[in-house]
Amino acid sequence: MNPIRNNAKDFLTGVIYVAIGVVAALLSRDYGMGSAVKMGPGYFPTILSGLLIVIGAISIIRSFFKSGTPLGRIAWKGLFLVAVATVLFGLVVRGAGLVIALPALVLVASLASTRFRWGHALAMAAGVTVFCILVFQIGLGVPLPIIGSWFVD
Amino acid sequence: MELIANLGLGLSTAMTPLNLLYCLAGVFLGTLIGVLPGLGPTATIAMLLPVTFSLPPVSSLIMLAGIYYGSQYGGSTTSILVNVPGEAASVVTALDGYQMARKGRAGVALATAAIGSFFAGTVATVVLALFAPPLAEIALKFGPAEFFSLMVLGLLASLVLARGSLLHATGMVVLGLLLGLVGADITTGTQRFTFGMARLSDGIGFVVVAMGMFGLAEIVRNLEDEDDRSLIVKKVSNLMPTKEDWKRMVAPILRGTAIGSVLGILPGSGSILGSFAAYAIEKKVSKHSAEFGSGAIEGVAAPESANNAGAQTSFIPMLTLGIPSNPVMALMIGAMIIQGIQPGPSVISEQPALFWGIIVSMWIGNLFLVVLNLPLVGMWVRMVSVPYQFLFPAILVFCGIGVFSLNNTEFDVFVMAIFGVVGYIFVKLDCEPAPMLLAFILGPMMEEYLRRALLLSRGDPMILIQRPISAVMLGLGVLAIVVASLPMFYKKREEAFQGD
Repeated sequence: MNPIRNNAKDFLTGVIYVAIGVVAALLSRDYGMGSAVKMGPGYFPTILSGLLIVIGAISIIRSFFKSGTPLGRIAWKGLFLVAVATVLFGLVVRGAGLVIALPALVLVASLASTRFRWGHALAMAAGVTVFCILVFQIGLGVPLPIIGSWFVD
Repeated sequence: MELIANLGLGLSTAMTPLNLLYCLAGVFLGTLIGVLPGLGPTATIAMLLPVTFSLPPVSSLIMLAGIYYGSQYGGSTTSILVNVPGEAASVVTALDGYQMARKGRAGVALATAAIGSFFAGTVATVVLALFAPPLAEIALKFGPAEFFSLMVLGLLASLVLARGSLLHATGMVVLGLLLGLVGADITTGTQRFTFGMARLSDGIGFVVVAMGMFGLAEIVRNLEDEDDRSLIVKKVSNLMPTKEDWKRMVAPILRGTAIGSVLGILPGSGSILGSFAAYAIEKKVSKHSAEFGSGAIEGVAAPESANNAGAQTSFIPMLTLGIPSNPVMALMIGAMIIQGIQPGPSVISEQPALFWGIIVSMWIGNLFLVVLNLPLVGMWVRMVSVPYQFLFPAILVFCGIGVFSLNNTEFDVFVMAIFGVVGYIFVKLDCEPAPMLLAFILGPMMEEYLRRALLLSRGDPMILIQRPISAVMLGLGVLAIVVASLPMFYKKREEAFQGD
């Protein structure tokens, strides 16, 4: 039977676990195993990597024999826009300041909703920006610039 | 009486105006996020952690605790009014609570939930005050082997309640332990898994991981289908239970409180297990069992008492052993560490004001909750139907600012984004994030205890089963896994999480 079609969850999980386990095991070899009496920095990670590889392998094997539940709908658009909005915020917050970074985050993220309306999103962006500047920047003294260094010499 | 003196100390700590204010803020926020769609206590506490770092430790823990048990109240409100449980622990409340609401008895259902919760909260406070100190006393005698095994037990127990595949959840635990090791090794200073990035040498911040996996990933999951919540009750009136109602709710509240208190102490449990068990048992023993599922008041009273009792007694392992029983407790432990308090059995003796202050604040918080919930229920009802498209950008903004302000670096914001994506992928693959977060917190501690245990035994791993307490804990852990993988239990678990 075809594991990707019939049990993608087990198959993919297994592949991810084995991949991470192998990478971690290889990296751990450089850290020094030590001995059981005097555990080196590589000792515990090596045990864990081995465990993860075994668990992943079982999951892969299982996917060939047992069918699982389908993956279901994946919110690609939501995933992409939420990630992009967050990264964008991180990239511009220091340089452009909250006044640009917050509306950018809200607008990009809002696009992820199926009910997106420009009017609503702009109002949200304005409201959130004012609220956050008042509460976090002025109220709690979070060290984020309202207007960033790109605009101030 | 020592207990009275201790509670007196707690009272004087919790009753300072500042702490009362933070307690009120905590339970208010807790109720709010319990009512709002798509925002749980784990994400909220993670978002607020950066804000609390500037507070005194007692105040911040009082507030964070308030958010947790407050969210149990809020969660039951949505269960009853819209048949959408705000929290996993309120799933069973929806069964009968929603039916009561459909019959025009929403007010009575809400009142029953509040009364049951308040009573349970009061009892659980006493249980906590009575049982935590002796437990800590015992734990003070634990050696590294016992602590290692205790952590293994905690992690294995967390698997029992994990949704989805048991095998996948086990992998998540191991993955969490590995992630916890990123950064400089405590003993040798060796940089592990940092890929040469200096920012990673202190490890990955657990707040960053929690916000990514519980905040961002949850948003994406909610965006899969944006349902409108329709309120069947526009206005809640007539809160007062009838004489008959009072008579019928007494025994379920008592039983629910007892079940919830006991199950809440178990590692890996918290409030969820108690509410399910209380409902199931009540259905068996009740004289009115035929009415269950069509609006039996017992079906609201028992699980609501149980989940609130459990939410509070789940602080016992956290405060006495330093072992988190759920992700919220893991975040509380993180909050303590950042405040410079080493969680574990010595907290009670070294920080008595903190310990007793938190306990007494829970009782005060429960009082606030009754006052907040019943008269203000009209306001909460309106909150239930806030459209998600307005909510999630705001959540994202709070996560962004919060994570940035942790270390004042955009690096953490990027790491959070990565964990958001990773978290969503894992959710789609039936890999529960909660056990991973617990393991992430425990990873470095487990390594250290294992290292010391093996040093004492001259490298013989058998020390873990030769020491009786350690052996018992490992045995219990194995038992938990065996029970969880029994087909019978497995099916029940699947049912329990249906519609959640």
